[in-house]
Amino acid sequence: MNVAIVGIGIHPFGRHEGVSSLDMGGYAVRQALRDAGIPWQDLQFAFGGSLGAHLPGNDPATADTLVSRLGLTGLPFVNVHNGCATAGSALSLAASTIESGAFDVGLAVGFDKHPRGHFSSDPEILGLPPWYGEMGFLVTTQFFAMKINRYMHDYGISSSTLAKVAAKAYRNGSMNPNAWRRKPFSEEEILSSRMLNYPLTQYMFCSPDEGAAAVVLCRADRAREFTERPVYLRAATIRTRRFGSFEVFSPWLPLTRTDSPTVDASRAAYEAAGLGPDDIDVAQIQDSEAGAEVMHMAENGLCADGEQEALIQAGETEIGGRLPINTDGGLIANGEPIGASGMRQVYETVLQLRGDAGERQVPGRPRVGFTQVYGAPGVGSCTILTT
Amino acid sequence: MTRQVAIAEGLLSWASGEARLIGSRCETCGVVVFPSQRGCPACTGEETEVIELGTRGTLWTFTTQGFLPKWPYAGPGTDEAFEPYAVGYVELPGQVRVEARLVEVEVDDLHIGMDMELCVVPFITDDGGDEVVVPAFRPSGASVDGASA
Repeated sequence: MNVAIVGIGIHPFGRHEGVSSLDMGGYAVRQALRDAGIPWQDLQFAFGGSLGAHLPGNDPATADTLVSRLGLTGLPFVNVHNGCATAGSALSLAASTIESGAFDVGLAVGFDKHPRGHFSSDPEILGLPPWYGEMGFLVTTQFFAMKINRYMHDYGISSSTLAKVAAKAYRNGSMNPNAWRRKPFSEEEILSSRMLNYPLTQYMFCSPDEGAAAVVLCRADRAREFTERPVYLRAATIRTRRFGSFEVFSPWLPLTRTDSPTVDASRAAYEAAGLGPDDIDVAQIQDSEAGAEVMHMAENGLCADGEQEALIQAGETEIGGRLPINTDGGLIANGEPIGASGMRQVYETVLQLRGDAGERQVPGRPRVGFTQVYGAPGVGSCTILTT
Repeated sequence: MTRQVAIAEGLLSWASGEARLIGSRCETCGVVVFPSQRGCPACTGEETEVIELGTRGTLWTFTTQGFLPKWPYAGPGTDEAFEPYAVGYVELPGQVRVEARLVEVEVDDLHIGMDMELCVVPFITDDGGDEVVVPAFRPSGASVDGASA
């Protein structure tokens, strides 16, 4: 893939009274433009991700309406709405547009402003019968809990390991000025917080929130026009669920199990990049809750099923460890504004590969970064970035 | 006397004398799904037949719901007074794993692999005064008063 990222921007994640999703999106875009040293009118295209218009009680603005604030230049601007892979999809489409030769320089932006509490949805939008929601099954956190409960049973993962994952997230978040949750919690505090969905306690979960992130992309051979330190996008893949994968909002599962869409998306990413899991120096992966980070380590090929227990207990996924994961605090510390979540991972990876991550910089000059988002209705999206 | 009504049409059948969940089986590849639907997600086949599912199985995984779900949840409870409930997938041998409420069991007694059986339990009273009932699974051998065998 001959695509470079030459500008990055982010609006802090969290709760921002009186700040609209468009305010946050515009802020992130202008920051990315400044970082690339390119004026808005020189951008040739844009893809924008936001889920708000499709979720009840959310700030409903669609991404393309940003042009009324940034400038009505006539550029082609496409809205992306693809579940929890919305940001990853916007980035992937922007990269493909450059690969196709249609344009040289463009934007991918994502934002959302979700109300408090768990995500809710109309079951019929998801093709599910009304009773599924009425009976109380339409709660994403139940799925996460049932998936990790089975995984702990099959592979011997302990509650202590789940708590260690969450403690790492808050600790890394405390070093990230753009994170929402910046107060460290001990493992004991995490384990003794309220049991929301067994075996997952309150502090093991991320929460929906608000935020925005943006990147300016260009054809790789033009990158030096904009920056001394381009980061190259080697792969940006999306896969949806196959028959037999265990997915959120499933009234039934078949008796046989198949790999998740994350497995498929990560394999495709490694193949496209010509790199393997052993080459990854730093990874940002979907931690909707602590168990998701554990399972996604294996689904992304970063370890074998069950190896997480020893790796996490030994601190190998900490910033100073062999495989630093979620160095910016991940979803647990940043929350999940869906349209922006995958773009935040890319923002953090670019910072790490540039060596600009400050207090939370991974030592030893990381050269290869990996990102992955996963979510409803069974979609995974991965990127691989290199210096 | 209070009338009992199922939460939805097409979910449960009493044709055999006892309550059974209604699913469907693909006429091409035999894959069973729940609830019944047309079209097969496994083989892309078009024709499916409606079938009654087995009533006994084993617990494949489970969790608890520890806070009041938002709309469209229509069950009992308020933010201040909410009784957590258990949810799981029960594997019906040779057929399918179905997601269901788990009843008549303490959370601490739930474990993967335990034997479960279908039951029908009261859920809410609707606006017309009818008692709405829903399918659930309980440990098999549990008696009507909830004592485990």
